[in-house]
Amino acid sequence: MEAIDIFSYFLLLLLLLSGVKVVTTSNVIHAAIFLVFTLATTAVLFILLSAEFVALVLILVYIGAVIVLFLFGVMITRAPLGPNAELDNDQNKLMAAVISLSIFGIFTYILLQTFDSTVVISEGTSTKLLGEILLSRFVFPFELVSFVLLGALIGGITLARKDNALMDEDQI
Amino acid sequence: MSFSTELLIKVLVVLATAPVMALGLTLLEVKGSAWMQRRPGPLHVGLRGFIFPLATAAKYLQKETIIPNDVDEPVFKWAPAWVIAAVVGLFTIIPLSPTLIVRDLELGVFFLLAISSISTIGVLTAGWSSANKFSLMGGLRAAGQLIAYELPLILSVVGVVIQAETMSTVGIVEKQIEFGFPFVIAGQGIAFIIFMIAATAEMMRTPFDMPIGESELTMGFFTEYSGIRFLIFYISEYINLFVMCAIASTLFLGGYHVPLLPTEWVNFYGPLVLIGKTFLLAFILIAIRWSFPRFREDQLQTLAWKVLIPLSLLNIMATAIMKVVF
Repeated sequence: MEAIDIFSYFLLLLLLLSGVKVVTTSNVIHAAIFLVFTLATTAVLFILLSAEFVALVLILVYIGAVIVLFLFGVMITRAPLGPNAELDNDQNKLMAAVISLSIFGIFTYILLQTFDSTVVISEGTSTKLLGEILLSRFVFPFELVSFVLLGALIGGITLARKDNALMDEDQI
Repeated sequence: MSFSTELLIKVLVVLATAPVMALGLTLLEVKGSAWMQRRPGPLHVGLRGFIFPLATAAKYLQKETIIPNDVDEPVFKWAPAWVIAAVVGLFTIIPLSPTLIVRDLELGVFFLLAISSISTIGVLTAGWSSANKFSLMGGLRAAGQLIAYELPLILSVVGVVIQAETMSTVGIVEKQIEFGFPFVIAGQGIAFIIFMIAATAEMMRTPFDMPIGESELTMGFFTEYSGIRFLIFYISEYINLFVMCAIASTLFLGGYHVPLLPTEWVNFYGPLVLIGKTFLLAFILIAIRWSFPRFREDQLQTLAWKVLIPLSLLNIMATAIMKVVF
């Protein structure tokens, strides 16, 4: 076993542990920080797979924006500072087990079907190539995704400012 | 030289450089502000005032660490680590010469934007876990400000990337040498100003220091910190100042290059040139800090969303059009 294999197994263990901690801890902020660890470990795994762009996107978008918005959301709502017992939900344990096991089964099946005993050696994808493909072959899905984002943006603004008209009337 | 020895040497060099640069900038700030305000202390007392930053560092090192009762201890204790890790990590892509760089990443500029966004988590968790209203307000203001000003920071750099056709920091400097002019003259002047404003806001320095605002929030998100942890926040502010100015001079001012000097000697004069440019930019920011009053929160948000972001989008559009035309 080479050093990189040991490192990968160590990372996978870390990923598993921090992932479990995200859902078991009863403190919202701790959960968010464990989620940061999970995402950072994933980013390191992507770097080991020489997919630098994906790794940096994970850090920029998920750690830098999504987690920050989580923390921001927790801070502007009246969340308690300490642990919160209401975060635990004991209902439907059976249902949860069935769903998670079936998702695990489906992913395992797909991965084994596709990659079983095939060794993929990649030199990594250059970001330049990625950009070119994204703006030539996949330009239609790319634009479509930006429309989805635009829709989400407008939807968010409409939901957040629903009482705007009423407020204006009151003020006049 | 094996990979691990090289890595060890690089890490040690960065860990030695970062505090030295922070100390240099602290001196510049203390003496610059004293000079602007005619304060005798930092100018004349104790070896012409040079002893003060060292005395400050020694004072904080031997201070007792006070942790209030209600804080969320692990989060509180580790919050400064996020900030300093993000700031020191950025040293990876600062080129002192084409070869004197920790790693010339293909995605250098993207790395800068990704890693610098990590320090926001440190600021937010520090504000939250302190169990203090001032800290929470400071953390909230910091979050709002950092989210708002990250966009113009990213968008202003995009213009440079389009013009240089590369994201590697060495590549960007080489492009400027090839072009003959630094990018601040050759088309990215507006982007440079936007970058400097957004970087000042990201560093939370006056006039963008609402999150710290000592007249209303004591010390903002690090009110409850003392001793070594306060020192870490304090030092990382100056390391961040160095890193941001070094990156601005790399992207816009030609980095380690000066005209007329022989390029084969760049390994000798490159570091001095880059550090000189960096300290010049830092001096401008320090002069701004000591001459301008603080922005109000709504003015601060208006400036980001209504002025800087549209301007940087226009800059990207103009750069792209020029790129296609010429």
